Amino acid sequence: MTPLLRRILRQKFLAVLAASVLCGLVGVGPVAYAKPDDKLAQDDVRHLLNRTGFAASMADINTLTGLSRKQAAEQLLAATRDVAITPPPAWVTTPITPATKLRDMTPEQRQAELRLNNERAIDLREWWFREMLATPSPLTEKMTLFWHNHFATSQQKVRFSSLMYQQHVLLRKNALGNFGSMLRQVARDPAMLIYLDNANSRREQPNENFAREVMELFTLGEGSYTEQDIKEMARAFTGWSLDRETGEFLFRRAIHDAGTKTIFGKRGNFEGDQALDLLLKRPETAQFITKKLWREFVSPAPDDVEVARLATVFRDSGYNIAKLMQAILVSDAFYAPENRGALVKSPVEFVVGTLKLFDIKTPNLRPFVFASALLGQNVFAPPNVKGWPGGEVWINSATLLGRKQFVDRLFRNEDRMEPVMNALDEMADRSGTPPPPGRAQRQQRLAERAMSALNWNLDTWSSTFNQPSARDNITSMSKVVLAVTPSRLPVGGNPSDWARTFVADPAYHLK
Amino acid sequence: MNRRKFFRAAGVSALAASAPLFGNVNGLVWAQSPSPSSAPRTTTLPPSPYSNLLILIELKGANDGLNTVVPISDPLYPSLRPRVGLERASLINLTEREALHPSLKPLMTMWEGRELAVIQGLGYPNPNLSHFRSIEIWDTASKSEEYLDAGWLARTFAQNPAPKAYAADGVVVGSNDMGPLSGYAARTIALADTAQFLRTARLAQAGRDERNSALKHILSVETEVVHAASKLNTNYQFKTTFPTSAFAGQVRTAAQLAASNAGIGVIRLTLGSFDTHANQLGTHANLLRDLADGIGALKSALQELNRWDSTLIMTYCEFGRRPKENQSNGTDHGTANVQFVVGGKVRGGMYGEAPQLARLDGNGNLPFAVDFRSAYSTVISKWWGLDASRVLNGRFAPMDFLA
Repeated sequence: MTPLLRRILRQKFLAVLAASVLCGLVGVGPVAYAKPDDKLAQDDVRHLLNRTGFAASMADINTLTGLSRKQAAEQLLAATRDVAITPPPAWVTTPITPATKLRDMTPEQRQAELRLNNERAIDLREWWFREMLATPSPLTEKMTLFWHNHFATSQQKVRFSSLMYQQHVLLRKNALGNFGSMLRQVARDPAMLIYLDNANSRREQPNENFAREVMELFTLGEGSYTEQDIKEMARAFTGWSLDRETGEFLFRRAIHDAGTKTIFGKRGNFEGDQALDLLLKRPETAQFITKKLWREFVSPAPDDVEVARLATVFRDSGYNIAKLMQAILVSDAFYAPENRGALVKSPVEFVVGTLKLFDIKTPNLRPFVFASALLGQNVFAPPNVKGWPGGEVWINSATLLGRKQFVDRLFRNEDRMEPVMNALDEMADRSGTPPPPGRAQRQQRLAERAMSALNWNLDTWSSTFNQPSARDNITSMSKVVLAVTPSRLPVGGNPSDWARTFVADPAYHLK
Repeated sequence: MNRRKFFRAAGVSALAASAPLFGNVNGLVWAQSPSPSSAPRTTTLPPSPYSNLLILIELKGANDGLNTVVPISDPLYPSLRPRVGLERASLINLTEREALHPSLKPLMTMWEGRELAVIQGLGYPNPNLSHFRSIEIWDTASKSEEYLDAGWLARTFAQNPAPKAYAADGVVVGSNDMGPLSGYAARTIALADTAQFLRTARLAQAGRDERNSALKHILSVETEVVHAASKLNTNYQFKTTFPTSAFAGQVRTAAQLAASNAGIGVIRLTLGSFDTHANQLGTHANLLRDLADGIGALKSALQELNRWDSTLIMTYCEFGRRPKENQSNGTDHGTANVQFVVGGKVRGGMYGEAPQLARLDGNGNLPFAVDFRSAYSTVISKWWGLDASRVLNGRFAPMDFLA
């Protein structure tokens, strides 16, 4: 036998050995899981709470353990909020700078206005991250993120941060409410009217952008309508516009097309709301939304039969989102062993989840907002109207090494600044314009202060795993940190070393 | 998915074959990055279309084409641009009708050597004036109203895989945005600097097989990182002097990647920001100087490696800028634009159509003359000898800047 071959065989043997040790330790293979009326075990509840929130606390897990699937889902949904507990930045109520005023500004003033809005957009992101960490209702955050991705709208086009905030409040308010009502409000939402150009849509020249996306991305999904349907529907939304002074919704009758339209083969004097009703009457809408929620909460591969069943529940409820979520959260598929850890954490889930899981407290979340943006998810700035593609697309060589570096630096307790500085450099690069002199230094000081203010000690966290047996401690820590069995086993070391091994594991990116 | 599986199986055994560098490939020991002295210098790569290297340079923020290649014979140019227009006397003549920005002087040796192709009027129907959307259209080679998930190069590699021994399909230098290489199946590595990448890659490990498809994906990305790290090195010492700009740092990294002889199909660099809405002249002159100096250094480095004839350098960006200057001594978002293609095998000269300043559209923008996908089609079919129509979902006539 050649030395090379021997080496390979030895590696194979070691791998098999390691795999068997892992199985014995953390327990893979067919796992019995709760049926609808069975009592939920701790692991089931952890799965439920990690999917519907960001790293569940032991106290939260204990509250639901022992309940049935149905009771747990009901309790979870009953406790959801529709208003943030964190006070928003003070500027959210200041009126927008009207276009007329912008026109009269000097280039320098306009530049300053732009900077102010960019600065506010960062404020807004930080506020949302703070709410995600503080809220007693993390499902609200998950749902709001879901709808933000669904009705994707970007600060980069809308510019006015206060309008982005308004839209956020709308999505949060309706996150578990009625989809039809949310759709109607989104169609009038100033940020959306700007983002999809409907604010300028007039009878003589209808803009088809909103009409196309409301069908393709918001309700029916691709292929359920014709180009002619788009043209006709666009006419129904002409005149849905903005008051340029206040930034509020304004119906401009003078540029509205009140004529007869033919949509989906039906003729009528359809107005915008009636056009939306036509979309809500189609069965595709419930299917489309249900499928998307399945990908967010259950697995990357929706089961067509189950989706059809759940979509019927949704439609029959008159588009009650909480009812649909209830049905999803008690389904067999949701708790199926093969679907545990089957989803990739988004950058927001990864960053916020890490802070929450390890109880890392900081007065300044900006560095973490930047880190999430660097890893591919800059909230309030999705890449386009389709939102973030999500799933496996979150992970490429750059983002994976970025994630590894993030936890590596955070957990090494040294060079904590570096990932943040890299993030800041990258942000400065991406913003398109070079930062004005002094800004980079200011951001650096800011980030330095933030990181030095991190109130966190890994050893304190790890010391809670204090059963007599190291084996038991490793097992329970693994379950707390990872959604599936680790690919790599901690070898020796103390509990903090185990934690470092687990966050470096590929499984740490799964939920 | 099959390709990936195949790659992973093959990649792992390739790693095992280089056993001294990777004591363990099964996930128990951190991968060590190869020490510089032990890395192979002259491995023989299997034959592949991608032995012809493509280096893309994205001019981020949208370069002002009319001040890059100036239409000197058009009387409308000075009247549309009384303040932003360039002095006739400062320009470098290419033809009787066109002249280069003075910062681009280093490109003249390539022009005179007939190695520089200038493509004018590149664009697409129903132009979108948003940076984000339009660069996505260029990256995915989609229609204006069509959303595609994968970049045009990712599709090229998916349909025509690079040899498994290649370090990567593509390397994105100095950016985390994969651009035309984004999407399924592309084995793309992003790095700023090879040495730094090799250090970070120690955090990654080649993975074992998995049933969970998300985990499988993560492990395959990790395996790609480890695989690339095993092939790349920073051994070669260039005689070429690289300029000192940030972009020149990317150029040096690109040259180093080529010198690794590791098997890489595409390298993408980024220079910016060209989004010159205000006080354009100084910023633009500096950026074009960085570009031309960078391309000059690249040529010298590639000649040193004997790779100038097997490398094609191409610039691109989402759109050009509006012919009429704005109120802030700058230019706003436009449409059709000029791009450069350089390389030892390039048939130098003017391509496409000169801008028609008298025929602007309702927004004051230029009509396009050549679909940008024709340029891509030329690369795919003539540089790599592959089927372009499948990648581009349609026929786009290749251009003549390559034989």
